[in-house]
Amino acid sequence: MHEHDFIQLALYFGALILLTPLLGGFMARVFEGEGNFLSPALGWLERLIYRLGGINAKREMTWLGYLGALLAFNFVGFVVTLAQMLTQAWLPLNPQHLPNVPFALALNTAVSFMTNTNWQAYSGEATMSYLTQMTGLAVHNFTSAATGIAVLLALVRGLVRKQTDRLGNFWVDLTRSTLYVLLPLSFVFALVLVSQGVIQNFRAYDTAKLIAPYTTQVAKTDASGQPVKDAQGNPVMETQSVTEQTIPQGPAASQIAIKQLGTNGGGFFGQNSAHPFENPTPLTNFLEMLAILLLPSALVYTFGVMVGDKRQGWAIWAAMLVLLIAGFAASWMAELQMNPVTHLAASMEGKEQRFGVMNSVLWSTATTATSNGSVNAMHDSLSPIAGLIAMLNIQIGEIIFGGIGCGMYGMLMFVILTVFIAGLMVGRTPEYLGKKIEAPEIRWAIVAILAPCVLILAGAAIGVVGPAGVASLNNSGPHGLGEILYAFSSAAGNNGSAFAGLNANTNFYNYALAICMFFGRFLIILPVLAIAGSMAKKKIAPPSAGTFPTTGPTFSLLLVGVILIVAGLTFFPVLSLGPIVEHFLMLAGRTF
Amino acid sequence: MKTTIQSIRFVIIFTVLTGVIYPLAVTAVSKSLFAKKANGSLIVSGDKIVGSELLAQKFQSAKYFWPRPSAADYATVASGASNKGPTSADLAKAIDANRATFGDDAPADLLTASASGLDPHISPEAALQQVSRVADARKLSHDQVQKLVQKFTEDSQLGFLGEPRVNVLALNLALDELM
Repeated sequence: MHEHDFIQLALYFGALILLTPLLGGFMARVFEGEGNFLSPALGWLERLIYRLGGINAKREMTWLGYLGALLAFNFVGFVVTLAQMLTQAWLPLNPQHLPNVPFALALNTAVSFMTNTNWQAYSGEATMSYLTQMTGLAVHNFTSAATGIAVLLALVRGLVRKQTDRLGNFWVDLTRSTLYVLLPLSFVFALVLVSQGVIQNFRAYDTAKLIAPYTTQVAKTDASGQPVKDAQGNPVMETQSVTEQTIPQGPAASQIAIKQLGTNGGGFFGQNSAHPFENPTPLTNFLEMLAILLLPSALVYTFGVMVGDKRQGWAIWAAMLVLLIAGFAASWMAELQMNPVTHLAASMEGKEQRFGVMNSVLWSTATTATSNGSVNAMHDSLSPIAGLIAMLNIQIGEIIFGGIGCGMYGMLMFVILTVFIAGLMVGRTPEYLGKKIEAPEIRWAIVAILAPCVLILAGAAIGVVGPAGVASLNNSGPHGLGEILYAFSSAAGNNGSAFAGLNANTNFYNYALAICMFFGRFLIILPVLAIAGSMAKKKIAPPSAGTFPTTGPTFSLLLVGVILIVAGLTFFPVLSLGPIVEHFLMLAGRTF
Repeated sequence: MKTTIQSIRFVIIFTVLTGVIYPLAVTAVSKSLFAKKANGSLIVSGDKIVGSELLAQKFQSAKYFWPRPSAADYATVASGASNKGPTSADLAKAIDANRATFGDDAPADLLTASASGLDPHISPEAALQQVSRVADARKLSHDQVQKLVQKFTEDSQLGFLGEPRVNVLALNLALDELM
């Protein structure tokens, strides 16, 4: 813990608080269809897109129409990216002649990027061609983020409009959020990243001649490339002299900019934001970390503007900030604690020297609070409590700022639940923003809150009991349970980070996690749009003496309480068998 | 049917816009403004590439400074971390082995494997700790090598961002030039 750690923290949260209303206000204007400072430059392009897309921008959709367009668009994008991965060897922009991606991995990856998860069972530099990364995966970085924003906008319209069945036009929401928000921000951010050393090119991989060649032990292979085994079945090692280093290349910066801004998190390289070509300096680290929270935080303000009462936004924003800071503080303390197993406090295992401990845990908290999932340190090697916080952030539904759009609409499901519980306590019909909350809304909100919980617990249970699940483990003991639990949490929560020691590129994990990612995304979008549809039909009643105010600190605290109770009841048992028991065993010096 | 056709059209439009025009525009501007950085911060000596400022290389000889341990043995395609948890017996063993290599007084960053497997930096303490080995192997004065380490020590960026560090490859190249 140094003085400059606190300066960085002050600057980080200061910048976040300052940019939230600026960007949030701008987005509100964009999403309400008003002109903005980019309209003169980009307005023609917006109109051209509508014409080429063959849509009438003035025609609004019902909730079912909105859902239909969203699903069709996502499905077509999924098929195209899947096809691209399966055929990349025959397509251009593949200077390393990488082979076609095997089906199970391609399916997992296509679902992963469509759902804004960006779970990666591969290393990009060894698996994906430049074309696949650029025109497949990076495109989903934009469209999945814009899809999240679109769903949030439909919900907000459902809350503020009265006695209508129209929730806006999906194509317009998709286009405007991409054209005026995501693309300009990414363009500028990508250039800043390149100026610090993030690569952006289409070169074949370079080869460096080492100034001091070295020898290393490698597994001996026979003529067919199979490892040679000795009489005991152990691989035979041979000494090899290494004189060269391959330097990977590619169009990374353009993808990394949107990866962070769009809470995607899928790395161009396997080691993600720890890789020096993705995150070369402390400054890129600071800016990428800010980008992780920037849009989700600003969208809370946008919500306040769009419902006509900024305090409604700030009350939710405050609840989010409290949870974020609590999680960060607990993680940081845990990392600084002495580990009797390794005799190291503030362990640098799985961390980078240029970032240090504080920047590693601030990132691990931010990336799991949102649905980003990029990592600048290996979560598998974090201390048990810091690993627990990362997992818990995902398990409570990534509503601490959360994914772009989905964090806010996920949080609104908890708001509905909180208002309902408050209503029960005082014996009045619950209402939110003047709209009565009735049985159908509660039912749908419960589906949205519980669906990922079921996927996580059921998935992890299947993973733990079967040989296919356990065979992939990189750690044993309680940490092994943590690896499996983290994988299913990350997939169902559409996060994408991992306890990355787990070998996820197997048929079991590729298919099981693809299922979790798919339902973890659309089993929330469906209820949210259904609620939007039913709320839009209702009247708005003016607040009365019996209205539970949803703006003050009482509401924020109640909201935090409801979130923690739901998460605690659902996940405490399994967490106590994983990271919590691991923590105490670590203090006792036990190893596995 | 109409929705499907609109979807196909929008996927094409978005692919062209965000998957072709956007990355090409970023590449074009990067190339004109930051050509060296965009191409991987390559270090060229004569007409040969000897490495990248940003990627660690393995050094075995006592005459060079050694980078942080790499769980994937400094492979670049693909690089990797140990991903060993805090109660892992393997991790405890690896740290003991690193202690044996670097000495009991080695700082934590030399005992532990980095996240990228290619961490180009070590802490200033880790560099100073290796000064006597390098100086003895090269028959240079400790003072001379220590001065070089100090010259290559970068402070936190802008004075407060990140950690102080020493780029190992840059330092080793400068060592060779010293001779």
